[in-house]
Amino acid sequence: MRFLDFSRNLKNRSVLKNWSLARRKKALQERANILQAVRYFFFAQGFFEVETPHRIPAPAPESHIDAIPSGPWFLHTSPELCMKRMLAEGYEKIFQICRCWREGERGSQHIPEFTLLEWYHSGMDYLMLMEECATLIQTVASKVGLGEKIIFRDQTIDLASPWERISVREAFHEYADTSMEEALMNGLFDEIMVRDIEPSLGIRKPTFIYDYPAQRGALARLRPEDKTVAERFELYVGGLELANGFSELVDPEEQRRRFERENENRRGMGKSVYAMPEKFLEELREMPPSAGIALGIDRLVMIFLDAPSIDEVVAFTPEEL
Amino acid sequence: MYTASDLRKGLKVVIDNDPYMVTFFEFSKPGKGQALYRTKLRNMITGLTLDRTFREGDAFEPASLEERPMQYLYKEGDHYHFMDNKTYEQIIINAESLGEAKNFLTDNLNVKVLLFRDKPIGVELPNFVNLRVIKTELWVKGDTSKADYKPATVETGYELRIPPFVGEGELITIDTRSGEYSTRVKE
Repeated sequence: MRFLDFSRNLKNRSVLKNWSLARRKKALQERANILQAVRYFFFAQGFFEVETPHRIPAPAPESHIDAIPSGPWFLHTSPELCMKRMLAEGYEKIFQICRCWREGERGSQHIPEFTLLEWYHSGMDYLMLMEECATLIQTVASKVGLGEKIIFRDQTIDLASPWERISVREAFHEYADTSMEEALMNGLFDEIMVRDIEPSLGIRKPTFIYDYPAQRGALARLRPEDKTVAERFELYVGGLELANGFSELVDPEEQRRRFERENENRRGMGKSVYAMPEKFLEELREMPPSAGIALGIDRLVMIFLDAPSIDEVVAFTPEEL
Repeated sequence: MYTASDLRKGLKVVIDNDPYMVTFFEFSKPGKGQALYRTKLRNMITGLTLDRTFREGDAFEPASLEERPMQYLYKEGDHYHFMDNKTYEQIIINAESLGEAKNFLTDNLNVKVLLFRDKPIGVELPNFVNLRVIKTELWVKGDTSKADYKPATVETGYELRIPPFVGEGELITIDTRSGEYSTRVKE
């Protein structure tokens, strides 16, 4: 009997057990349910799901987003350019769930290969899109059996409408000891955002923070009555940034100037510059007024499951490969 | 050189000419903004902790710390003399850099000296050292009011509490990690 036990142990030992994968099984099952609920929402709203290439000649030039090269091309950092070309061609309500890649982004809330949900809605502006985004998350929460209140990072967050809204300028006034303009001038905008503002956003209810400084929205429309800010918002839940949306810029000349400026910034930082997306710029002329948004699926799963790290909601991290 | 993207817990870097160890690390990137690397850093000389946020492109010199086996020789005022076991080179470490370790140095004790840029910044002691009690009260048999341990001073001037049955002139073992009495040494 003893001998038998021993031999069985030996046999087990030769099979290396992947404990992290075993532990995540429940989270990954929930993740699958969440993805299904997201698709349910969009189909019910009359959207259709599209797939655009992951590998593209060049990403949209943005100062702080770096693409991973793939041969002479790049892995996309978001499906934005291709989806907007579809929008310009009359695809009015489209969504996509896809893998995106961003060089060097790794931490408890970042993984270089992540899953993005991106959708576009013709005829909407950023304020209407905030509402649609809230409805999506409420629908998904109820579909996967969560109540109106969720617990994330030891906070009880009420998902019932209305959600909180605060402008970036107001947020600096409320949570930081410097104004938005001063912070921009001193090059401290991001530091203050991370240290003083983000932890206070989305604590009792999810919070939309909106009207970002014009230079922080390379592809967003400026507010007609205040050209210092872009019609762009971010959604925060429990201090975690979940989605980024805006009223789309549809002026090709202005868009070209912005890309050139972003490339200029990149050059100044010693980074590679990206080729102008000429086909996109050409077709942008035809794009109707629209709003679009990107939402991190991994982070949505983190929030719904109260996961402390993004590692807990993916099958494999890059370190585990 | 390290860059900000190499930062992780346990990494040792030079900041303002001092060696620091990263004790907390978090990567942040507020929407469309720049990558920020938030850290807590412990100064390996003073032990003080610092909060610092670094940006993409920030570069650091790795703090290379060298550990050399040495022997403690003697003390001269505030200066403690050590000798490298291999090269026989002698170095001096002052009381401040030694910190608590100075309480447990006995002649010819083998230690590991930690050097940063050839400058000694601390010593690693054996877990247990033997030191002689030079001063303690007599144990009054039957006096249970003070119950357990009594104050004592050992040869290095270090003060601690020892069991009542240990008298002056006796050798005791001290745990250098806690600084507490461990056992009495039978001679």
